[in-house]
Amino acid sequence: MKEQLQKDFNNSIKNLNLSQKDIEIKKFCLSNFIDKGFPNRKEEDWKFSDLNQIIKNNIGELSFYNDQASTNKVDTSVFVDGLEHNKIVFINGRIEKIDFDYEKKDQIEIIDQSETINEFKNSNSLSDLNNAFTNKCFKILVKKGYQLVKPLIIYHTTNSKIWSKNINLRLNFELDKDSSLRIIDLFNDTSEKNFLNIFYNFELKENAVLKNYKVDRFENKNIKYSFNNINQNKNSISETFILSSGSRFSKNEINCNLNGVYASAFVNGVFSLNNEKHHEIRSIINHLTEKTKSYQLIKSVLDERSKAVYQGKIFVNSEAQKTDGYQLSKAILLNKESEFNAKPELEIYADDVKCSHGSASGSLNEESIFYLMSRGLSNKQSRELLINGFLLDVVEKITDSEIKNLIKNMIGIKE
Amino acid sequence: MDNRQKEINNLKDYKYGFSTDIENIQAPKGLNEDVIKFISNIKKEPQWMLEFRLKAFERFKVLKEPDWQKPKFPKIDYQDLYYYSAPKSMKDKPKSLDELDPKLLETYKKLGIPLQEQARLNGIAVDAVFDSVSVATTFKDELTKQGIIFCPISEAIQNHPELVKKYLGSVIPTSDHFFATLNSAVFTDGSFVYIPEGVRCPMELSTYFRINASNTGQFERTLIIADKGSYVSYLEGCTAPMRDENQLHAANVELIALDDAEIKYSTVQNWYPGDKDGKGGIYNFVTKRGLCKGKNSKISWTQVETGSAITWKYPSCILKGDNSVGEFYSIAITNNHQKADTGTKMIHLGKNTKSKIISKGISAGSSDMTYRGLVDISSKAKNSTNYTQCDSLLMGNKCGAHTVPYIKNKNSESNIAHEATTSKISEEQLHYCQQRGLNPEEAVGLIVNGFCKEVLQQLPMEFAVEAQKLVGISLEGSVG
Repeated sequence: MKEQLQKDFNNSIKNLNLSQKDIEIKKFCLSNFIDKGFPNRKEEDWKFSDLNQIIKNNIGELSFYNDQASTNKVDTSVFVDGLEHNKIVFINGRIEKIDFDYEKKDQIEIIDQSETINEFKNSNSLSDLNNAFTNKCFKILVKKGYQLVKPLIIYHTTNSKIWSKNINLRLNFELDKDSSLRIIDLFNDTSEKNFLNIFYNFELKENAVLKNYKVDRFENKNIKYSFNNINQNKNSISETFILSSGSRFSKNEINCNLNGVYASAFVNGVFSLNNEKHHEIRSIINHLTEKTKSYQLIKSVLDERSKAVYQGKIFVNSEAQKTDGYQLSKAILLNKESEFNAKPELEIYADDVKCSHGSASGSLNEESIFYLMSRGLSNKQSRELLINGFLLDVVEKITDSEIKNLIKNMIGIKE
Repeated sequence: MDNRQKEINNLKDYKYGFSTDIENIQAPKGLNEDVIKFISNIKKEPQWMLEFRLKAFERFKVLKEPDWQKPKFPKIDYQDLYYYSAPKSMKDKPKSLDELDPKLLETYKKLGIPLQEQARLNGIAVDAVFDSVSVATTFKDELTKQGIIFCPISEAIQNHPELVKKYLGSVIPTSDHFFATLNSAVFTDGSFVYIPEGVRCPMELSTYFRINASNTGQFERTLIIADKGSYVSYLEGCTAPMRDENQLHAANVELIALDDAEIKYSTVQNWYPGDKDGKGGIYNFVTKRGLCKGKNSKISWTQVETGSAITWKYPSCILKGDNSVGEFYSIAITNNHQKADTGTKMIHLGKNTKSKIISKGISAGSSDMTYRGLVDISSKAKNSTNYTQCDSLLMGNKCGAHTVPYIKNKNSESNIAHEATTSKISEEQLHYCQQRGLNPEEAVGLIVNGFCKEVLQQLPMEFAVEAQKLVGISLEGSVG
């Protein structure tokens, strides 16, 4: 893999106009990645999902160079109907379109940040890989007091032109004081056997509100890793919803730093898996100052030989008195061969806090099925109704009603 | 109240902190094959036992000390320890208690464990382990009548080799983790219990561990076998003198329950915790594992962990037999600079297996406490259930309380439920107690005892009383 990485790296920087200094930084990141390689099960955070092995078994040899010289045609059929929205379109990892048509032009700034390197706390070798190979990176700045009229949908589309490729994406967002932004990430893959490595960084200033919905529902054979780093200032709110369903493998990491008083973070997720899929959500909520709040709810429905993993950590440092942290994960195993692993973790150094977590996994309640069947439903209908209700609970946590309805329609959940 | 205050004053400092001036035989310092041969030789062990030890040592040489645990500690120099230390008077084992060195008897009397049989400690049979050897076992005759074997493991190796050979290392193999393998190579003594088929052990069996010599690691090994349909309740207590340096205690405990058998294992661990500044104290790195081998068998662990500078142990149950049950009840209290990383593992292999985990952690002062546990339901363990509850109580903002459960469910017909909370003692409760005339310290003691009650109830009577007092004492000076 080392030679391949070197070769692809040389190819990719050749096409970029980088200063000598930037090249050095990228080289440093590359050598870091070469040293560490893909994360494997020996690393605590990857205990349940050995990415190295998963890539080996599903993709084999990866190549890292993407020719981004030619543009891809934007296929408008993937766009969401019935909801006016702003767009960012990625096709095979290349930014094809940035469009904020519905917004005031002077309130949003798009800054090219291709040369900056993001360093995250709690990250891993994949961030080095991302830094070494991303060639275009934008920062989207929402100015003070501006609240976007329409949501922003980021389309992640891949097509059959790419095969066994590693794609690295990076976006930075800054929400200035009193601003707000709603983002939907939509994954749409017609390609197979690629590895997508996505890093988002969010800076939330005072009173800013961020809502991020990630929807991965189309059946595909790609492997995805996505890392959200969210820094939150005083009184800011972040809401993350993850629908994890389509890809062969997917791991979503949320790292949330609550730096200002009254900042709050919400992470909700749904796993709906079948057919040997293996998905993971890992969340780290760092309560770094007093009077902060976090709430997490993850529900899984697992069929066939699928596997879901939830690793959630609530960290409370000694200054963070009056913290309120809550975390719950529930799983229904529909098949003998499905598997649910959880590691809900609390690390607490302050005494005046209220932190709790719960985790439960098991089969569908036979008594409930019996009850519904005695009311005239078939076994299949009863099971569907129960699962629907089980998942509805999480979807109902979405605070934006427009997007809640969109997501309900997408996954066919009824009220 | 006065009595209680007096008691607390008496016990304010670690009351077991004295050391006994007694002549010792020690193995040469360091760890190598010769030392292992020396231990094996002095115990007049058969060849197979020596081979067992050497095999473990071979494996130990390639193992690395684990470093994933939360409490970090300075590197232990394994060559700077004595691996065998025994009172000189024990060289030729005394035939009866009358021949026992009076100084030893005195020591155990001070510890509150009278060994003379006439003292009849509430009908509890005691095996006392002093540094590396077992010094006395009481109530032998009465137990022998029922066919129960309760003796030092070194004796069992001589007298019951067929049992030892069959079961030793069957739950904790010589190829296990670092500290367990070290123990397999150099273990010195410990208790051996065999309860024959259908026998309900008429009294509590108990081992009392005492580390006396300095610079000595204590490596004892306990093996308990409950044959079909039998029952035994076993207690373990530990103390050590106050010393400035850290001492290593790496014991292995293996439990085997055959069909319909039940083993109840209770520990009150009160090793020297180090002084207020965190100097000295015992490193308690113990491997405890029980195997529910037969159908309908049950193993239950109860532990009260108040001592040791660092406690690092996970008493585990392997639920192999169908319908077997594993239970774990734990109270861990850390104060001053103590650190604990403890919990359990419940491995469900058989059908209809059940496990229950109740863990209560209390941290005060500048201490740090971690609950780490694993619940693993394998794909064949149909219809199994687990219930876990771990609650932590924090006192002050210099201490830490952490919960790290690993939950794996591979069977759709099995259920796992896990709950954890972290909180502090509520002002309202404190206020209420104080209004009723309790001083703040007593109020905290009362509330904490209530918090732990679920676990304390699981202990046998005599232990429960001692443990309740310990809970109060361990938290001395943590309020106000």
